[in-house]
This record gives sequence, C-alpha cells and structure tokens, in this order.
Amino acid sequence: MRSWKGVKSFTDGFSSKQAPRQPHFELVVVGTSLGGLSALETLLNGLPSNFPAAVAIVQHRHKESNTGLSEFLQSCSLLPLQDAADKAAIVPGHVYLAPADYHLLVESVGWFALSTDMPVSYARPSIDVLFESAADAYGHHTIGIILTGSGGDGAQGLARIKACGGLAIVQDPQTAESQMMPKAAIATTAVDWILPLADIAPRLIHLCQPVIR
Amino acid sequence: MNNLEELEIQLLLEGVFRHYGFDFRNYALASIKRRIWNAVRAENLRTISGLQERLLHDPVCLERFLLGLSVNVTSMFRDPTFYLAFRQKVVPLLRTYPFIRIWHAGCSTGEEVYSMAILLHEEGLYHRCRIYATDMNESVLRQAKAGIFSIHLMQEYTQLYLKAGGKYSFSEYYTAAYDNAIFRSTLKENLIFSQHNLATDSSFNEFNVILCRNVLIYFNNTLQDRVHKLLYESLGTFGILGLGQQETLSLTKYEDRYEELERREKLYRRIQ
Repeated sequence: MRSWKGVKSFTDGFSSKQAPRQPHFELVVVGTSLGGLSALETLLNGLPSNFPAAVAIVQHRHKESNTGLSEFLQSCSLLPLQDAADKAAIVPGHVYLAPADYHLLVESVGWFALSTDMPVSYARPSIDVLFESAADAYGHHTIGIILTGSGGDGAQGLARIKACGGLAIVQDPQTAESQMMPKAAIATTAVDWILPLADIAPRLIHLCQPVIR
Repeated sequence: MNNLEELEIQLLLEGVFRHYGFDFRNYALASIKRRIWNAVRAENLRTISGLQERLLHDPVCLERFLLGLSVNVTSMFRDPTFYLAFRQKVVPLLRTYPFIRIWHAGCSTGEEVYSMAILLHEEGLYHRCRIYATDMNESVLRQAKAGIFSIHLMQEYTQLYLKAGGKYSFSEYYTAAYDNAIFRSTLKENLIFSQHNLATDSSFNEFNVILCRNVLIYFNNTLQDRVHKLLYESLGTFGILGLGQQETLSLTKYEDRYEELERREKLYRRIQ
C-alpha cells in the first residue's frame, strides 16, 4: 500500500484546531447508462481546467461505439479526456472513459487495467467493476457518482466505496432522465448527497479543492 | 484492498504454482481478484483461504478454477475493423510468402481463430497457412477444437463478419444443428490446437504472424515484459504482431523494434 504523501502537509503551519484536516480526494468515478450523454455533458462542463482529481467514467455503450463518444465528451470538457487503455496511468486532472466492450478496473493507485471478462449484470463495461476496484485501491480518497440510468448497475460498487470510507453522490432521481439507477443506488447505500445534476460539479470542486493555506 | 485479502491471494497463487506448476503470480491483481472471489462463491465457500485449501487438496476443484481464470469472453470477428485492416494491410504482404505460419496466442474458446481461418480462406491463402492456436487451458482448447458455437450468436456474428469485409454468406461456413452452429471441417484443416502457457513456456517456432489480442491485459508489467520478449523472439523479420484494440507496444522495451502498420488497430511489423 502506498502512503498518502501530502495529506499530512495540509495542516502545515496551523494547529489542528484552526484547520481540521479535510479528506483528500484523488479519484472520482462516475457511472451512468440511459440518458448519460447529456448528464455527462453537464457534469464535465462544470469542471474547471485546474480540477485536481482524476475522473473515470463508465457510460454503458454499444459494443462497437468506438471513438465517437470520447470525441463528443472531449468537446464538453476543459480537462483532457481519453478512452482508458490497458495499464494506462491515472493522472490527476485527466478524464478517462471505459472503452466499448471492456471492463475498466483500477489496478492499483496510479494505474488502470482492462478486462474482457463476462458482462456483469449484462453490462461491459460495468459500473460495479470500476467502482469496486476503485474503492479497493483508493479507499477513502474515492468519490463515487451515480447519474441517470436504467438497471441496478453501480449500486453495489457505490456501497463498496462507502464501506471503504469514500464518498457517495447520486443524481436526484427527480432530475434524472432515467430514475432507476439512481434509485437503486439510494436504496442500497447510505449516500452522502442526493443532488440535482447541475449541483454535482460545484460540489466536486468544493470537495476536491486543495485546502487553502 | 485490505492487506489480509492481498496476503490470502498471494498465498493461494503461490500454493497453486508450487503444487501444480500453474503460475498466476504475475497476473494483474484487479481482474484476478474478481475471478478468485467468483470461484470462492461458486464453491460455496466464505474465504480465499478456504478456496486455497480446497484447491490444494482437490484437483477437480483446480480444473474448475483454471477454467474460470482462462476463459476470456470474446466473439467471432471481435473488432471487425481489425479484420478489415488485416485484409487490407497484412494480406498483401502474406501473398508474397509460399508458406505462412501464424500463432494465435491465448486463443481461449477459438472464436477469433475461426474468424481468421475464414478471412484467409476468402483471400485464397488458407491452403498455404498453418495456424497454431494455443492456450494454457486444455478444456477451452477442447471447445476451440470442436468449432461448435451457439446458434443464437450467429445473427450477431453475421453482422460482424460483414463489417470485417466478409465476401460471401456467413451461413456457408457452418451447419445448424439444434442450438448449435458447427463450423465446416475444411476450416479446421490447417488449425493446430495445443497447450502453451505464456507465463511459463518458451518460444516453439518462428512465425510470420502472431495474434495475441486481449491476453496481455490480464498480466502485470513483469509478465507483460516476459511475454513481449517471447512474442518478439517468435516473430521472423518483418513478421506481423496484432494486439487488442486497447493494448499498445509503446512503453514496452520492444517499441523500437516494430513499425506501426495500422495504428488504430494495433497491427505492428517487426523491423529489427
């Protein structure tokens, strides 16, 4: 296990009473299916070019939807965005998309891996697979977000993120094009925030900003 | 990942290696962990240590475990654009050889082996080819050898075949029998299926083409380096290497020894 360098330095020059140590988030994982395209557009649009965490996205997609999706999402994002390749580095301030017909996993802190294992609850890429592996590697430095979608994929993964000390955010089903996936996540996990779509990016900025000294 | 879980995984893989010789110690952790837990649940056990005990004492359990670790879920003409690029860029090179040796490393249940046989047949090259299809697991090799796939997949495969540049009617290549599609025996004439473990075995021939698609994704960097060396040493000069769509030679030690034949489709040509 890697030690989290830098976490302790947040309180440099302050007594702990003046500056309670904030959790320090390094990886944001996002899962969505039906209606995800416009939801991701809103979310990514809201993240500034100096956003300090890495973002990894599973959007359920057709097996052969090769490049169009990442090109479209890149056009919505100030952050560099790419389909995650096998053993690609996880770089802060970059956005990664699970490629069509592969599971995306976090191999360890700093690295992705892919697999062509069985679909999980009919999905490949599967949100659960990404979220569970992210929770295992990044623990309480993880934020999991479930956006609009059909089916129950992601609920278990979000529960794992919570169990490992991370944060869980779910799009308010009332604002979701498809309510099933957010509702399944809320039913399974004691989520930290249920937010309208437009409020998720501002919340992330607030959560991930480096502590002002 | 809690440390106890990681310890249990290491002990299990070490035990399987020392007792049976199958070496999974350098497999990528995130995937193998999921597969190990799937095995724990399938055996109705509670812990990885419990699975370890059963594996070491019950060879039949080991068979099930090995199958779970070696089936990669693929399809015929997976990534049809790869096959299209192979037709356009590689086939013209192969036409200049009197005899063509192809190694399909990690062929799993054989869908992609039959796809390549069909492609080569349509390009009039199959009679000059030997395709060596290898996998570490005997049981998936038996399935691959049989060349029998579910009839329910044929509609999807027909679409992929056409996108891959298929020239005829896909249904000509198989006979339907109840729920099965049995592929024509003429497609099997030049296929040689045999056991080979990329993690532990060495090179066994020199090839004009090596296909190793979506196999290396299951390996950690140590094992990827070993296999890249093995693939490089098994390729003749100007031999072709085909990887999976999300794999890359860049950042490997062998990057400089190949040129990109078709960047997007991960087709490379050995130049030194």
